[in-house]
Amino acid sequence: MGGGGPHVVVVGAGSTGAAIAHDLALRGFAVTVVERGEVGSGTTGRNHGLLHSGARYAVTDPVAARECIEENLILRKIMPEGLELNGGYFIALTPEDMDFRQTFLEGCEAAGIPTRELTKEQLLRMEPRLSPKILGGVMVPDGVFEPYRFCLSFLASAQARGARVLTYHEVEGVLVEGGRTRGVQVRDRIRGRELTITADAVVNAAGPWAAKVAATAGCRVPLILAPGVMIAVGVRYSHRVVNRLAPPGDGDIIVPQRFTSMIGTTSWTVQDADLIPIPPDHVERMMDAGEAFFPGFRRQPKRGVFAVARPLVGPEEDQAEGEGFERAVTRDFACKHHEAEGAAGLFSVTGGKTTTSRLMAEAVVDQVGRWLGFERPCQTRTEVLLPPRRFFTERVVS
Amino acid sequence: MSWRLTLKIHRWQPGDRAPYYDHFTVEVPEEAYVLDAIEKVWAEQDRSLAFRHACHHASCGSCGLRVNGREKLPCITPVTDYPNGSTIQIDPLRHFPLVRDLVVDMGPFSQAMEAVRFSIIRHASEGVPDARSSEPPILPEEDHEATRFENCLECGLCVSACPIAGSALNYLGPAALAAAERMLVEPRGVDPLAVWEAIDHDDGLWRCHGAFECSAACPSEVDPAAAIMRLRRYGPKVGQVARQQRR
Repeated sequence: MGGGGPHVVVVGAGSTGAAIAHDLALRGFAVTVVERGEVGSGTTGRNHGLLHSGARYAVTDPVAARECIEENLILRKIMPEGLELNGGYFIALTPEDMDFRQTFLEGCEAAGIPTRELTKEQLLRMEPRLSPKILGGVMVPDGVFEPYRFCLSFLASAQARGARVLTYHEVEGVLVEGGRTRGVQVRDRIRGRELTITADAVVNAAGPWAAKVAATAGCRVPLILAPGVMIAVGVRYSHRVVNRLAPPGDGDIIVPQRFTSMIGTTSWTVQDADLIPIPPDHVERMMDAGEAFFPGFRRQPKRGVFAVARPLVGPEEDQAEGEGFERAVTRDFACKHHEAEGAAGLFSVTGGKTTTSRLMAEAVVDQVGRWLGFERPCQTRTEVLLPPRRFFTERVVS
Repeated sequence: MSWRLTLKIHRWQPGDRAPYYDHFTVEVPEEAYVLDAIEKVWAEQDRSLAFRHACHHASCGSCGLRVNGREKLPCITPVTDYPNGSTIQIDPLRHFPLVRDLVVDMGPFSQAMEAVRFSIIRHASEGVPDARSSEPPILPEEDHEATRFENCLECGLCVSACPIAGSALNYLGPAALAAAERMLVEPRGVDPLAVWEAIDHDDGLWRCHGAFECSAACPSEVDPAAAIMRLRRYGPKVGQVARQQRR
């Protein structure tokens, strides 16, 4: 297995874990991924599928904006089988939105995001179903990915380099001896048996469950679990992604995909990510928001209503909660080495976005490699990923 | 208003001599989908239950199963499709290797899709032969030709619904044949002869008996049966032309 390097266990097969597994395998590590359910069954699977251009963050979070556009351009090259590349718009619905345009364009320029201003007439010609009440807009290089296949591509590529991907295997505990991480205790949910997997390091990429995984080793992962409601309808209203030309808020993005459109999202906080009840008023708000862009949206039959917790980077110490505070939290990510907490070799990753998961993986694997004394250059910027289906055709099951 | 259903769920794990059913009663909002009910059973009643799911909006195709014998994507099947207070039977897809409970192995299905070289990204407008050579510009022009994911979600519902797939183990199945038709209409850089040769045999295009169950089961507007019938009409000609071109 692998290229003779140290053995790293990755907990979680969402976009973060999948990209980390691929990066590790490409640098010659031996890799085992353990995932308690199906690939992408947590936060990643239920995300919006928006390949960010970064424009959404251009004004509020310039670092995230720059990362997004850089990763967007890389993914176009390494994921040829997984992207709808039609671009996106930021559209003004009110005079206040139009006033925001200059700030928005300056933010995009500073982050290196290409833009093109469009008049109301141009927009309505390109997207005839847009509300005639729109005032104007800006085109940006947004795109659409399929979250599930996004993960499968990374995992298929990792598998081709010897990684073992154990789905339906749940981590019950991170094993620590003498201040050092030795592996994980896992429940094989297929056969209903326990197994111990020894490892030189463990990367905890369990998303909203990362705090629970770390807690088994007596470690703390500061997390804010911030779900959002998304709704799909069975009509494709636009060729391109539609965003509201305004600072980030509720119901400001409609992502088209195949013959559907998906509106999102809201934001609130929860304590438990396992089962998230959908607040009915959020559904109403989303349908109204869709109606503002596309007359008739409200009356469309729904094709899925769902919410899942974003695992946002939380404060190190307890911090007072206030309305809307989770939106202000950076969309950046954190990789915490739990050495000071007595679990050297356990790394927990939180935050980030699927669009930037390759970059997160690069940073995490740099850190893990440095600590293990196995430093190899990252190669994921140019390595073209395998088609997602290969995950199933070339499965190496234990 | 809430909706109360009893889920009679298929259980089996490696080592079990025969599958059996467990009953779970759950209450969910009437706006919920069958997948929400299954997830609630897992979260609150039985953590050993294994089922597949990811996107919850009929995009990934991972959650396919049978409700009362009918192939469904439970993520878009409203609980109100079944009477309040009723019992619904949840079974895994047929004609797939069973892994556990409701989880099946997508390996053989994926191999069939690979055999016809199915690529899910279309770089063309409806019906226009592909021009994959031209890479889309980073910021598309106004008249840019749309790129689209193929409608096929590779969920496997059509294969489960197909009576032939149950009797002919090596049958390529409706999803792969429909995919082959798309690849012949829009080659996307793939050799059409290779696609034709992958389906022109007894376990391919000519095995279908025209039951049309696949098209009834498809949740994503693919209509595999119609694709198979079209292929039978023009496929041999496409194969012949491709063969002559190769010579």
